[in-house]
Amino acid sequence: MNNMIVMPMIIPLLTGIILVFFRSYIKVQRVLSFLALVATAGVSVYLLNKIQTDGILRLDFGGWRPPYGILFVADSFSVLLVLTTAIVSAIVLLYAFSSIGFKRENMFFYPFALLLVAGVNGSFLTGDLFNLFVCFEVMLLASYVLITLGGKKVQLVESIKYVAINVLSSWFFLLGIAYLYGTVGTLNMAHLSARVAEVGQGPLLTVISILFLIVFSLKSGLLLYFWLPGSYSAPPTAIAALFGALLTKVGIYAMFRMFTLIFYHEPSITHTMIGVMAALTLIGGSLGAIAYKDIRQIVSYNVIITVGFILVGLAVSTEVGFQGAIFYLVHDMLIKALLFLLAGTMIYLTGKTRIEEMSGLIGNYPLLGWLFFLTTLSLAGIPPLSGFLGKLYIGQGAVEAGSYGLLALAFISGMLVLYSLLRIFMNTFWGETIISEEEEVPLKKSLLLPCVLLGIATIALGIGAESLLVYVEDAAYTLMNPEVYVDAVLGNRK
Amino acid sequence: METLITILAGVLVTVAVYLLLSRSIIRIILGSAVLSHAVHLLLMVMGGLKKGSVPLLGEVSDRYTDALPQALILTAIVISFAVTAFLLVLAYRTYQETGSDDLREMRGFTDE
Amino acid sequence: MKINDVILRTITKLVVFIILTFGVELFLAGHNDPGGGFIGGLVLSSALVLLFLVYDIETVQKGIPVDFKKVAAVGVLFAVGTGLGAVAFGAEFLTQTFEVFHLPVFGDTELATVLLFEVGVALTVVGTVVTIILSISEDV
Repeated sequence: MNNMIVMPMIIPLLTGIILVFFRSYIKVQRVLSFLALVATAGVSVYLLNKIQTDGILRLDFGGWRPPYGILFVADSFSVLLVLTTAIVSAIVLLYAFSSIGFKRENMFFYPFALLLVAGVNGSFLTGDLFNLFVCFEVMLLASYVLITLGGKKVQLVESIKYVAINVLSSWFFLLGIAYLYGTVGTLNMAHLSARVAEVGQGPLLTVISILFLIVFSLKSGLLLYFWLPGSYSAPPTAIAALFGALLTKVGIYAMFRMFTLIFYHEPSITHTMIGVMAALTLIGGSLGAIAYKDIRQIVSYNVIITVGFILVGLAVSTEVGFQGAIFYLVHDMLIKALLFLLAGTMIYLTGKTRIEEMSGLIGNYPLLGWLFFLTTLSLAGIPPLSGFLGKLYIGQGAVEAGSYGLLALAFISGMLVLYSLLRIFMNTFWGETIISEEEEVPLKKSLLLPCVLLGIATIALGIGAESLLVYVEDAAYTLMNPEVYVDAVLGNRK
Repeated sequence: METLITILAGVLVTVAVYLLLSRSIIRIILGSAVLSHAVHLLLMVMGGLKKGSVPLLGEVSDRYTDALPQALILTAIVISFAVTAFLLVLAYRTYQETGSDDLREMRGFTDE
Repeated sequence: MKINDVILRTITKLVVFIILTFGVELFLAGHNDPGGGFIGGLVLSSALVLLFLVYDIETVQKGIPVDFKKVAAVGVLFAVGTGLGAVAFGAEFLTQTFEVFHLPVFGDTELATVLLFEVGVALTVVGTVVTIILSISEDV
């Protein structure tokens, strides 16, 4: 029993609810929401270190022992993601303070942002499949509201698409849960794992697993990403950054859990499918990233490429591959938030969205330009920055598994990511400075600060990767050996 | 009985798919509502229909009906209720802004 | 156009109280029988919705000057609060307990913390349903 495990979900939830009463006190809302996320980050650091000494932690709600009750399970993988979520969303909120505008702040922006974080953290921590569905829905409902907040035409039209596709994928999720419950009679993930291992993953269970693959592909944008670029470029910058950093990652996390903990017996079918889908995602995402000239579209397609790249780590299913995928997940949450914030800042400063309409911004805003360059390098995986280790390990995993095709695609797509971002950089920051000093929109320090913080984070994550390695190794070990997780949940250790 | 309910769920899915494929937003919302009811029925069938006594304290029986699917369905109903309500408000606001509930007319909408 | 709805108005005055009582009855029944916070809350909110339908929004808001968004928030606070109460006593999150008390009129009564949780659920349901109805009906 450790009640701390539920805190990463409860702190944002409770704060979000309390903020409803402070509707007109914007300052109070800002301070409280920021403090709540900092506290969440603190709790996750504590949990992360406790897991290293005590092993996987669990909390049975209401004292109902598994498999009867619902529970939260904290292993290194989930808590690492919870920690990153808290840090990234705190920094994005800093950006929102000065960019989101009074109208949205007054319409409960902060409560819904915190609710989104609560849903994301709940999805990472839960140890029960139905509870995962509920947390997904909490997160999605918050995201529905956030994407429509402000009610501009383009937002409304895009959000109809977004909501409709998510309603459909949630329906598939419930369908999968129903079939799974009818087949093995439990929904506790550890219990599921044990039972599926007992009866063997026959054709029926494999079909159900593919149903879950569809669900999480829709949520994470693996191959079924057609809805993503439109929806992610509609809302204001801070909200788009939250979406880009968090939402697809939850789908990726769920996919890792399902296919390492429960459905790992038929890799020749399921993991091959994931591999093919990842390959197609890499190709499609790269095409999109180099074809468009709208910054927001390019950035959204970069999200898709990353999804494909991380799932290469799952498709090869070696311990090193998992380590790489986990590293890359953490890295990508930071860097995608930064990329979205930078793109949004550029659009805010110039009032244009297409790259050929901007030029020579580096003359006006040098720091912004160099930050963008740093982001580009980090995404491409240039050594001292945070993207390097993840790419290296995923590559190593692919070599170990002999998937040279995936390896080649992953690295070609990496080059194309570099190309697509350099294209933005060359077109917008270099060239003739067209904005004269009088016309220059002043870049507020409060907008630049969050970007600088995230930039520092990506450097720190690159240089300090050594200290994170302990946790990542532990996380990958648990993914590789599902019985560790099952023992921790179903064993009688309290 | 199980077979009948499963067929009913199938019919509901058919109806829902037909509605979802239309262009009017209101039909799509109705379709998504019907779709969720279909899966609720399926959840109930998966738990087994009426196998024993009511699972309440004080009932004496050697067999009890599985209570879990009911709990799942209740939760799922609440969620689909919330989503449907949100979709209705969204459709109404979109209609106010764009003056249309036809998805094809909204296609390729940029801004202002 | 003003329709003559005198029958509806008269009946509503009576029926609303029946519905409200039934809602409370369902809510309390939930302790050991079918019923509970969710269903009770839905019935309670149906009474409110009936009021909104028969009278207009301003009149009802004058009689019940409550912000229903805040009602929902209070509800969630209650529900999460009982969960955290268990944490304060060193038990697992959301643990519920009960105790039998001897009360003057009711005799031996079982009081359970789950009642507080259900109060939270009921308030949340009332708040959410009324908020949704109000936001759809605005400026129609």
